Amino acid sequence: MSRWQTAPQEEAQTPALTIDALGKKCPIPIIWLAERINEVPLNAIVAVLADDPAAYTDVPAWCRLKSHPHVGTYELPQGGWAIHVRRNY
Amino acid sequence: MVYFDAASAEPLHPQAREALLGALDAGWADPARLYGSARRARMLLEQARAEVAEVLGARPDEIVFTTSGTQAVHLGVLGALAGRRRAGRRLVVGAVEHSAVLHAGEAHEREGGTVETVGVSRTGVVDVEAFAAAVAEPGTALACLQTANHEVGTLQPVAEVAAACREAGVPLLVDAAQTAGRMPIPEGWSVLAASARKWGGPAGVGVLAVRKGTRYRSPLPSDEREGGKVPGAQNVPAILAAAAALRASWAEREEYARLSELVDRIRRTVPRVVPDVEVIGEPVRRAAHIVTFSCLYVEGEALLTELDRAGFAVSSGSSCTASTLRPSHVLEAMGVLTHGNVRVSLPRGTTAADVEAFLAALPEIVRRIRREAGVNT
Repeated sequence: MSRWQTAPQEEAQTPALTIDALGKKCPIPIIWLAERINEVPLNAIVAVLADDPAAYTDVPAWCRLKSHPHVGTYELPQGGWAIHVRRNY
Repeated sequence: MVYFDAASAEPLHPQAREALLGALDAGWADPARLYGSARRARMLLEQARAEVAEVLGARPDEIVFTTSGTQAVHLGVLGALAGRRRAGRRLVVGAVEHSAVLHAGEAHEREGGTVETVGVSRTGVVDVEAFAAAVAEPGTALACLQTANHEVGTLQPVAEVAAACREAGVPLLVDAAQTAGRMPIPEGWSVLAASARKWGGPAGVGVLAVRKGTRYRSPLPSDEREGGKVPGAQNVPAILAAAAALRASWAEREEYARLSELVDRIRRTVPRVVPDVEVIGEPVRRAAHIVTFSCLYVEGEALLTELDRAGFAVSSGSSCTASTLRPSHVLEAMGVLTHGNVRVSLPRGTTAADVEAFLAALPEIVRRIRREAGVNT
Protein backbone atom coordinates (compact mmCIF):
# COMPACT_ATOMS: atom_id res chain seq x y z
CA MET A 1 0.00 0.00 0.00
CA SER A 2 2.45 2.68 -1.02
CA ARG A 3 0.86 4.29 -4.03
CA TRP A 4 1.44 7.73 -2.56
CA GLN A 5 4.88 9.28 -2.30
CA THR A 6 5.50 9.12 1.40
CA ALA A 7 8.38 11.00 2.89
CA PRO A 8 9.94 9.77 6.13
CA GLN A 9 8.06 10.94 9.21
CA GLU A 10 10.70 13.46 10.29
CA GLU A 11 10.47 15.32 6.99
CA ALA A 12 6.73 15.86 7.30
CA GLN A 13 5.71 19.44 7.99
CA THR A 14 4.15 19.85 11.43
CA PRO A 15 0.34 19.94 11.11
CA ALA A 16 -1.51 23.02 12.33
CA LEU A 17 -4.49 20.80 13.10
CA THR A 18 -4.83 17.07 13.71
CA ILE A 19 -8.19 15.40 13.23
CA ASP A 20 -8.38 12.07 15.03
CA ALA A 21 -10.74 9.89 13.02
CA LEU A 22 -9.22 6.59 14.13
CA GLY A 23 -11.92 3.96 14.43
CA LYS A 24 -14.30 6.00 12.26
CA LYS A 25 -15.64 4.70 8.98
CA CYS A 26 -15.71 6.70 5.77
CA PRO A 27 -17.21 9.12 5.01
CA ILE A 28 -16.77 10.46 8.59
CA PRO A 29 -13.03 11.28 8.26
CA ILE A 30 -13.80 13.26 5.08
CA ILE A 31 -16.79 15.01 6.62
CA TRP A 32 -14.62 16.14 9.55
CA LEU A 33 -11.82 17.24 7.23
CA ALA A 34 -14.22 19.30 5.09
CA GLU A 35 -15.76 20.86 8.22
CA ARG A 36 -12.50 21.89 9.83
CA ILE A 37 -9.94 22.65 7.10
CA ASN A 38 -10.84 26.34 7.23
CA GLU A 39 -9.73 26.50 10.87
CA VAL A 40 -6.08 26.55 9.78
CA PRO A 41 -4.31 29.40 7.94
CA LEU A 42 -3.76 29.18 4.18
CA ASN A 43 -0.93 26.78 3.26
CA ALA A 44 -1.00 25.18 6.72
CA ILE A 45 -1.28 21.42 7.08
CA VAL A 46 -4.23 19.42 8.39
CA ALA A 47 -3.44 15.85 9.43
CA VAL A 48 -6.27 13.32 9.31
CA LEU A 49 -5.62 10.22 11.42
CA ALA A 50 -7.67 7.33 10.06
CA ASP A 51 -7.60 3.55 9.95
CA ASP A 52 -10.56 2.81 7.71
CA PRO A 53 -8.92 1.45 4.52
CA ALA A 54 -11.37 3.56 2.51
CA ALA A 55 -9.83 6.75 3.97
CA TYR A 56 -6.48 5.86 2.42
CA THR A 57 -8.03 6.36 -1.02
CA ASP A 58 -10.80 8.78 -0.16
CA VAL A 59 -8.87 11.58 1.57
CA PRO A 60 -6.52 12.04 -1.44
CA ALA A 61 -9.54 11.75 -3.77
CA TRP A 62 -11.28 14.49 -1.75
CA CYS A 63 -8.13 16.62 -2.08
CA ARG A 64 -8.20 16.23 -5.85
CA LEU A 65 -11.91 17.07 -6.08
CA LYS A 66 -11.56 20.08 -3.74
CA SER A 67 -8.18 21.30 -5.09
CA HIS A 68 -6.38 21.08 -1.75
CA PRO A 69 -2.97 19.42 -2.23
CA HIS A 70 -2.50 15.99 -0.69
CA VAL A 71 0.96 16.35 0.87
CA GLY A 72 1.62 12.79 1.92
CA THR A 73 0.37 9.72 3.72
CA TYR A 74 2.39 8.40 6.66
CA GLU A 75 1.87 5.08 8.37
CA LEU A 76 1.10 5.23 12.07
CA PRO A 77 2.92 2.84 14.39
CA GLN A 78 -0.40 1.65 15.91
CA GLY A 79 -1.93 1.05 12.45
CA GLY A 80 -3.71 3.44 10.14
CA TRP A 81 -2.32 6.57 8.58
CA ALA A 82 -1.72 10.27 9.10
CA ILE A 83 -2.89 11.82 5.85
CA HIS A 84 -1.58 15.34 5.38
CA VAL A 85 -3.53 17.94 3.43
CA ARG A 86 -2.48 21.52 2.68
CA ARG A 87 -5.20 24.18 2.80
CA ASN A 88 -5.13 25.83 -0.62
CA TYR A 89 -7.91 28.46 -0.44
CA MET B 1 -39.47 -0.87 -8.93
CA VAL B 2 -37.10 0.53 -11.56
CA TYR B 3 -34.33 -2.04 -12.05
CA PHE B 4 -30.92 -0.49 -12.77
CA ASP B 5 -28.59 -3.40 -12.00
CA ALA B 6 -28.14 -5.07 -15.38
CA ALA B 7 -24.39 -5.38 -14.79
CA SER B 8 -25.22 -7.87 -12.01
CA ALA B 9 -28.00 -9.63 -13.88
CA GLU B 10 -29.87 -8.64 -17.01
CA PRO B 11 -33.53 -9.66 -16.61
CA LEU B 12 -34.31 -12.92 -18.40
CA HIS B 13 -34.93 -12.21 -22.10
CA PRO B 14 -38.45 -13.28 -23.21
CA GLN B 15 -36.92 -15.59 -25.82
CA ALA B 16 -34.75 -17.18 -23.12
CA ARG B 17 -37.82 -17.75 -20.98
CA GLU B 18 -39.61 -19.38 -23.90
CA ALA B 19 -36.58 -21.57 -24.69
CA LEU B 20 -36.21 -22.52 -21.03
CA LEU B 21 -39.84 -23.59 -20.65
CA GLY B 22 -39.71 -25.59 -23.89
CA ALA B 23 -36.42 -27.23 -22.95
CA LEU B 24 -37.68 -28.31 -19.53
CA ASP B 25 -39.84 -30.76 -21.50
CA ALA B 26 -37.63 -31.45 -24.50
CA GLY B 27 -34.11 -31.27 -23.08
CA TRP B 28 -34.18 -32.72 -19.58
CA ALA B 29 -32.56 -36.09 -20.34
CA ASP B 30 -28.86 -36.81 -19.88
CA PRO B 31 -27.17 -35.75 -23.13
CA ALA B 32 -24.43 -38.37 -22.64
CA ARG B 33 -26.81 -41.32 -23.05
CA LEU B 34 -27.91 -43.15 -26.18
CA TYR B 35 -31.71 -43.40 -26.07
CA GLY B 36 -34.03 -41.07 -27.95
CA SER B 37 -34.69 -38.41 -25.31
CA ALA B 38 -30.97 -38.28 -24.49
CA ARG B 39 -30.02 -37.92 -28.14
CA ARG B 40 -32.52 -35.11 -28.43
CA ALA B 41 -31.02 -33.34 -25.39
CA ARG B 42 -27.56 -33.76 -26.92
CA MET B 43 -28.70 -32.38 -30.25
CA LEU B 44 -30.21 -29.34 -28.54
CA LEU B 45 -27.06 -28.86 -26.47
CA GLU B 46 -24.80 -28.98 -29.53
CA GLN B 47 -27.11 -26.60 -31.36
CA ALA B 48 -26.82 -24.17 -28.44
CA ARG B 49 -23.05 -24.55 -28.49
CA ALA B 50 -22.92 -23.72 -32.20
CA GLU B 51 -25.10 -20.64 -31.70
CA VAL B 52 -22.99 -19.36 -28.80
CA ALA B 53 -19.80 -20.04 -30.76
CA GLU B 54 -21.08 -18.06 -33.72
CA VAL B 55 -21.96 -14.94 -31.69
CA LEU B 56 -18.71 -15.07 -29.71
CA GLY B 57 -16.53 -15.68 -32.76
CA ALA B 58 -15.30 -19.12 -31.74
CA ARG B 59 -15.53 -22.65 -33.12
CA PRO B 60 -18.18 -24.85 -31.49
CA ASP B 61 -15.52 -27.31 -30.29
CA GLU B 62 -13.72 -24.45 -28.53
CA ILE B 63 -16.77 -23.70 -26.34
CA VAL B 64 -17.67 -25.37 -23.06
CA PHE B 65 -20.48 -24.47 -20.69
CA THR B 66 -19.74 -23.86 -17.02
CA THR B 67 -22.03 -23.28 -14.06
CA SER B 68 -21.37 -19.52 -13.89
CA GLY B 69 -19.22 -16.76 -15.32
CA THR B 70 -17.14 -16.95 -12.15
CA GLN B 71 -16.49 -20.64 -12.71
CA ALA B 72 -15.57 -19.96 -16.34
CA VAL B 73 -12.96 -17.45 -15.14
CA HIS B 74 -11.64 -19.74 -12.39
CA LEU B 75 -11.28 -22.71 -14.74
CA GLY B 76 -9.91 -20.57 -17.56
CA VAL B 77 -7.22 -18.98 -15.39
CA LEU B 78 -6.18 -22.11 -13.50
CA GLY B 79 -6.45 -24.44 -16.52
CA ALA B 80 -4.38 -22.15 -18.77
CA LEU B 81 -1.78 -21.71 -15.99
CA ALA B 82 -1.59 -25.48 -15.50
CA GLY B 83 -1.20 -25.99 -19.25
CA ARG B 84 1.72 -23.54 -19.29
CA ARG B 85 3.38 -24.77 -16.14
CA ARG B 86 6.64 -25.55 -17.96
CA ALA B 87 6.74 -22.01 -19.43
CA GLY B 88 6.56 -20.45 -15.98
CA ARG B 89 4.38 -19.63 -12.98
CA ARG B 90 3.84 -15.92 -13.55
CA LEU B 91 0.31 -14.52 -14.00
CA VAL B 92 -0.22 -10.94 -15.21
CA VAL B 93 -3.59 -9.26 -14.48
CA GLY B 94 -5.08 -5.79 -14.72
CA ALA B 95 -5.67 -4.07 -11.38
CA VAL B 96 -9.42 -3.70 -11.95
CA GLU B 97 -10.23 -7.25 -13.07
CA HIS B 98 -13.28 -8.95 -11.60
CA SER B 99 -12.72 -10.56 -8.21
CA ALA B 100 -13.10 -13.98 -9.92
CA VAL B 101 -9.78 -13.31 -11.70
CA LEU B 102 -8.12 -12.01 -8.53
CA HIS B 103 -9.37 -14.97 -6.48
CA ALA B 104 -8.03 -17.41 -9.09
CA GLY B 105 -4.73 -15.51 -8.85
CA GLU B 106 -4.74 -15.95 -5.06
CA ALA B 107 -5.28 -19.69 -5.51
CA HIS B 108 -2.34 -19.69 -7.93
CA GLU B 109 -0.17 -17.89 -5.35
CA ARG B 110 -1.09 -20.43 -2.68
CA GLU B 111 0.31 -23.07 -5.06
CA GLY B 112 3.60 -21.20 -5.33
CA GLY B 113 2.86 -19.07 -8.40
CA THR B 114 3.21 -15.30 -8.64
CA VAL B 115 0.80 -12.59 -9.72
CA GLU B 116 1.85 -9.29 -11.29
CA THR B 117 -0.81 -6.56 -11.23
CA VAL B 118 -0.77 -3.83 -13.88
CA GLY B 119 -2.11 -0.45 -12.80
CA VAL B 120 -4.86 1.64 -14.37
CA SER B 121 -5.47 5.31 -15.11
CA ARG B 122 -7.86 7.52 -13.14
CA THR B 123 -10.62 6.37 -15.51
CA GLY B 124 -9.75 2.70 -15.05
CA VAL B 125 -7.90 2.01 -18.33
CA VAL B 126 -5.07 -0.46 -17.93
CA ASP B 127 -1.59 0.89 -18.77
CA VAL B 128 -0.78 -0.78 -22.13
CA GLU B 129 2.96 -0.13 -21.98
CA ALA B 130 3.23 -1.51 -18.46
CA PHE B 131 1.10 -4.50 -19.47
CA ALA B 132 3.31 -5.19 -22.50
CA ALA B 133 6.43 -4.95 -20.35
CA ALA B 134 4.90 -7.28 -17.74
CA VAL B 135 4.00 -10.03 -20.23
CA ALA B 136 7.45 -9.79 -21.85
CA GLU B 137 9.08 -10.85 -18.56
CA PRO B 138 10.43 -14.39 -18.68
CA GLY B 139 8.33 -17.04 -16.99
CA THR B 140 4.98 -15.40 -17.78
CA ALA B 141 2.42 -18.17 -18.19
CA LEU B 142 -0.82 -16.20 -18.71
CA ALA B 143 -2.26 -12.69 -18.86
CA CYS B 144 -5.86 -11.66 -18.04
CA LEU B 145 -7.77 -8.60 -19.17
CA GLN B 146 -11.47 -7.74 -19.14
CA THR B 147 -13.27 -6.24 -22.14
CA ALA B 148 -15.06 -3.71 -19.93
CA ASN B 149 -14.91 -3.01 -16.24
CA HIS B 150 -17.87 -4.34 -14.27
CA GLU B 151 -17.99 -1.46 -11.80
CA VAL B 152 -17.33 1.62 -13.92
CA GLY B 153 -17.91 0.44 -17.50
CA THR B 154 -14.50 1.52 -18.85
CA LEU B 155 -13.45 -0.43 -21.98
CA GLN B 156 -9.99 -1.95 -21.87
CA PRO B 157 -7.50 -1.81 -24.77
CA VAL B 158 -7.81 -5.55 -25.40
CA ALA B 159 -6.56 -5.46 -29.01
CA GLU B 160 -3.35 -3.62 -28.05
CA VAL B 161 -2.71 -5.89 -25.08
CA ALA B 162 -3.47 -8.97 -27.21
CA ALA B 163 -0.85 -7.82 -29.74
CA ALA B 164 1.72 -7.47 -26.95
CA CYS B 165 0.81 -10.93 -25.62
CA ARG B 166 1.11 -12.45 -29.09
CA GLU B 167 4.54 -10.90 -29.51
CA ALA B 168 5.62 -12.28 -26.14
CA GLY B 169 4.10 -15.69 -26.88
CA VAL B 170 1.85 -15.44 -23.81
CA PRO B 171 -1.79 -16.58 -23.95
CA LEU B 172 -4.40 -13.94 -23.04
CA LEU B 173 -7.58 -14.70 -21.11
CA VAL B 174 -10.27 -12.16 -21.95
CA ASP B 175 -13.10 -11.75 -19.46
CA ALA B 176 -15.97 -10.60 -21.67
CA ALA B 177 -18.68 -10.81 -19.00
CA GLN B 178 -19.85 -7.20 -19.37
CA THR B 179 -19.84 -6.98 -23.17
CA ALA B 180 -20.58 -10.46 -24.61
CA GLY B 181 -23.77 -10.27 -26.66
CA ARG B 182 -23.61 -6.47 -26.58
CA MET B 183 -20.41 -5.63 -28.49
CA PRO B 184 -18.15 -7.64 -30.82
CA ILE B 185 -15.60 -9.72 -28.92
CA PRO B 186 -12.14 -8.19 -29.51
CA GLU B 187 -9.66 -10.24 -31.52
CA GLY B 188 -6.67 -11.93 -30.03
CA TRP B 189 -7.95 -13.97 -27.08
CA SER B 190 -6.61 -17.42 -26.26
CA VAL B 191 -9.15 -18.04 -23.52
CA LEU B 192 -12.52 -16.30 -23.27
CA ALA B 193 -14.93 -16.23 -20.32
CA ALA B 194 -18.50 -14.94 -20.20
CA SER B 195 -21.66 -15.16 -18.13
CA ALA B 196 -25.16 -15.80 -19.50
CA ARG B 197 -26.82 -13.85 -16.67
CA LYS B 198 -25.23 -10.65 -17.99
CA TRP B 199 -26.81 -10.97 -21.44
CA GLY B 200 -30.34 -11.96 -20.40
CA GLY B 201 -29.85 -15.68 -19.94
CA PRO B 202 -30.57 -17.54 -16.71
CA ALA B 203 -28.20 -17.65 -13.73
CA GLY B 204 -26.05 -20.76 -13.54
CA VAL B 205 -24.59 -20.73 -17.05
CA GLY B 206 -21.13 -19.49 -17.97
CA VAL B 207 -19.12 -19.90 -21.14
CA LEU B 208 -15.46 -20.82 -21.37
CA ALA B 209 -13.79 -20.82 -24.78
CA VAL B 210 -10.27 -22.11 -25.27
CA ARG B 211 -8.74 -21.43 -28.69
CA LYS B 212 -7.38 -24.40 -30.62
CA GLY B 213 -3.67 -24.66 -29.95
CA THR B 214 -3.85 -23.08 -26.48
CA ARG B 215 -2.34 -25.31 -23.83
CA TYR B 216 -4.90 -26.19 -21.19
CA ARG B 217 -5.01 -28.71 -18.38
CA SER B 218 -8.12 -29.05 -16.26
CA PRO B 219 -7.53 -27.95 -12.65
CA LEU B 220 -10.46 -30.18 -11.65
CA PRO B 221 -10.89 -33.95 -11.77
CA SER B 222 -12.25 -34.45 -15.27
CA ASP B 223 -14.97 -36.66 -16.70
CA GLU B 224 -16.22 -37.05 -20.28
CA ARG B 225 -18.44 -33.97 -20.07
CA GLU B 226 -17.67 -30.69 -21.83
CA GLY B 227 -14.42 -31.85 -23.37
CA GLY B 228 -13.06 -32.86 -19.97
CA LYS B 229 -13.05 -29.24 -18.83
CA VAL B 230 -16.24 -29.01 -16.73
CA PRO B 231 -17.19 -32.14 -14.80
CA GLY B 232 -20.82 -32.99 -14.10
CA ALA B 233 -23.97 -33.29 -16.19
CA GLN B 234 -24.91 -30.16 -18.13
CA ASN B 235 -28.02 -28.13 -17.33
CA VAL B 236 -29.31 -28.40 -20.88
CA PRO B 237 -32.50 -26.31 -20.46
CA ALA B 238 -30.57 -23.41 -18.90
CA ILE B 239 -27.89 -23.63 -21.60
CA LEU B 240 -30.55 -23.52 -24.34
CA ALA B 241 -32.08 -20.46 -22.68
CA ALA B 242 -28.64 -18.85 -22.44
CA ALA B 243 -28.03 -19.43 -26.15
CA ALA B 244 -31.46 -18.04 -27.06
CA ALA B 245 -30.79 -14.93 -24.96
CA LEU B 246 -27.36 -14.42 -26.51
CA ARG B 247 -28.74 -14.72 -30.03
CA ALA B 248 -31.57 -12.29 -29.21
CA SER B 249 -29.28 -9.81 -27.44
CA TRP B 250 -26.89 -9.79 -30.39
CA ALA B 251 -29.68 -9.51 -32.99
CA GLU B 252 -31.16 -6.54 -31.11
CA ARG B 253 -27.85 -4.84 -30.30
CA GLU B 254 -28.99 -1.46 -31.64
CA GLU B 255 -30.79 -1.31 -28.27
CA TYR B 256 -27.42 -0.70 -26.61
CA ALA B 257 -26.86 2.48 -28.64
CA ARG B 258 -30.13 3.74 -27.19
CA LEU B 259 -29.11 2.76 -23.64
CA SER B 260 -25.78 4.51 -24.21
CA GLU B 261 -27.61 7.78 -24.88
CA LEU B 262 -29.51 7.37 -21.61
CA VAL B 263 -26.19 6.74 -19.84
CA ASP B 264 -24.85 9.95 -21.40
CA ARG B 265 -27.87 11.77 -20.04
CA ILE B 266 -27.13 10.45 -16.52
CA ARG B 267 -23.41 11.28 -16.84
CA ARG B 268 -24.20 14.86 -17.86
CA THR B 269 -27.06 15.48 -15.45
CA VAL B 270 -25.91 14.01 -12.13
CA PRO B 271 -23.08 16.55 -11.57
CA ARG B 272 -25.50 19.37 -12.44
CA VAL B 273 -28.22 18.38 -9.99
CA VAL B 274 -26.14 16.94 -7.13
CA PRO B 275 -23.32 19.02 -5.62
CA ASP B 276 -19.98 17.38 -4.77
CA VAL B 277 -20.37 14.39 -7.02
CA GLU B 278 -17.80 12.70 -9.23
CA VAL B 279 -18.86 10.66 -12.27
CA ILE B 280 -16.12 8.10 -12.77
CA GLY B 281 -14.86 5.87 -15.56
CA GLU B 282 -14.31 6.56 -19.24
CA PRO B 283 -16.95 8.95 -20.62
CA VAL B 284 -16.88 7.66 -24.22
CA ARG B 285 -14.89 4.42 -24.44
CA ARG B 286 -17.22 2.54 -22.12
CA ALA B 287 -19.80 -0.23 -22.00
CA ALA B 288 -23.12 1.15 -23.25
CA HIS B 289 -25.18 0.40 -20.16
CA ILE B 290 -22.99 1.27 -17.13
CA VAL B 291 -22.46 4.59 -15.32
CA THR B 292 -20.95 5.05 -11.88
CA PHE B 293 -20.68 8.08 -9.65
CA SER B 294 -19.60 8.82 -6.08
CA CYS B 295 -21.23 11.36 -3.77
CA LEU B 296 -18.97 13.05 -1.24
CA TYR B 297 -19.93 12.78 2.44
CA VAL B 298 -22.51 10.06 1.82
CA GLU B 299 -22.45 6.51 3.09
CA GLY B 300 -22.99 4.07 0.22
CA GLU B 301 -25.29 1.81 2.20
CA ALA B 302 -27.56 4.70 3.22
CA LEU B 303 -27.74 5.81 -0.40
CA LEU B 304 -28.67 2.34 -1.68
CA THR B 305 -31.26 1.88 1.05
CA GLU B 306 -32.89 5.24 0.31
CA LEU B 307 -32.85 4.63 -3.44
CA ASP B 308 -34.42 1.21 -2.85
CA ARG B 309 -37.12 2.83 -0.72
CA ALA B 310 -37.76 5.31 -3.53
CA GLY B 311 -38.12 2.40 -5.96
CA PHE B 312 -34.69 2.20 -7.64
CA ALA B 313 -32.52 -0.94 -7.59
CA VAL B 314 -28.85 -0.01 -8.02
CA SER B 315 -25.51 -1.39 -6.90
CA SER B 316 -22.44 0.08 -5.19
CA GLY B 317 -18.72 -0.52 -4.83
CA SER B 318 -18.61 1.12 -1.40
CA SER B 319 -17.19 -1.13 1.29
CA CYS B 320 -20.07 -0.96 3.74
CA THR B 321 -22.48 -2.23 1.08
CA ALA B 322 -20.46 -5.32 0.29
CA SER B 323 -19.67 -8.36 2.39
CA THR B 324 -16.17 -7.04 2.96
CA LEU B 325 -14.81 -4.15 4.99
CA ARG B 326 -12.40 -3.23 2.23
CA PRO B 327 -13.49 -0.71 -0.36
CA SER B 328 -13.84 -1.83 -3.96
CA HIS B 329 -10.42 -2.75 -5.36
CA VAL B 330 -11.54 -1.17 -8.63
CA LEU B 331 -12.23 2.27 -7.14
CA GLU B 332 -9.07 2.00 -5.02
CA ALA B 333 -6.89 1.19 -8.04
CA MET B 334 -8.38 4.15 -9.92
CA GLY B 335 -7.72 6.43 -6.95
CA VAL B 336 -11.29 7.73 -6.91
CA LEU B 337 -13.75 8.14 -4.04
CA THR B 338 -14.79 4.79 -2.67
CA HIS B 339 -17.60 6.00 -0.46
CA GLY B 340 -21.03 7.18 -1.59
CA ASN B 341 -20.66 5.08 -4.72
CA VAL B 342 -23.56 4.19 -6.99
CA ARG B 343 -23.44 2.00 -10.07
CA VAL B 344 -26.37 2.40 -12.43
CA SER B 345 -26.55 -0.25 -15.15
CA LEU B 346 -29.48 -0.07 -17.51
CA PRO B 347 -31.27 -3.22 -18.64
CA ARG B 348 -32.78 -3.52 -22.10
CA GLY B 349 -36.04 -1.62 -22.42
CA THR B 350 -35.12 1.08 -19.90
CA THR B 351 -37.20 4.13 -20.79
CA ALA B 352 -36.21 7.77 -20.78
CA ALA B 353 -38.97 8.22 -18.18
CA ASP B 354 -37.25 5.69 -15.86
CA VAL B 355 -34.03 7.67 -16.13
CA GLU B 356 -35.76 11.02 -15.59
CA ALA B 357 -37.52 9.65 -12.50
CA PHE B 358 -34.15 8.56 -11.09
CA LEU B 359 -32.55 11.92 -11.86
CA ALA B 360 -35.49 13.67 -10.20
CA ALA B 361 -35.33 11.54 -7.03
CA LEU B 362 -31.56 11.47 -6.51
CA PRO B 363 -30.80 15.09 -5.46
CA GLU B 364 -33.25 15.13 -2.54
CA ILE B 365 -32.09 11.71 -1.33
CA VAL B 366 -28.44 12.80 -1.30
CA ARG B 367 -29.36 16.12 0.34
CA ARG B 368 -31.31 14.32 3.08
CA ILE B 369 -28.52 11.84 3.86
CA ARG B 370 -25.97 14.66 4.01
CA ARG B 371 -28.23 16.74 6.25
CA GLU B 372 -28.69 13.81 8.62
CA ALA B 373 -24.90 13.37 8.75
CA GLY B 374 -24.55 17.04 9.63
CA VAL B 375 -23.03 18.07 6.31
CA ASN B 376 -23.99 21.42 4.80
CA THR B 377 -23.59 21.65 1.03
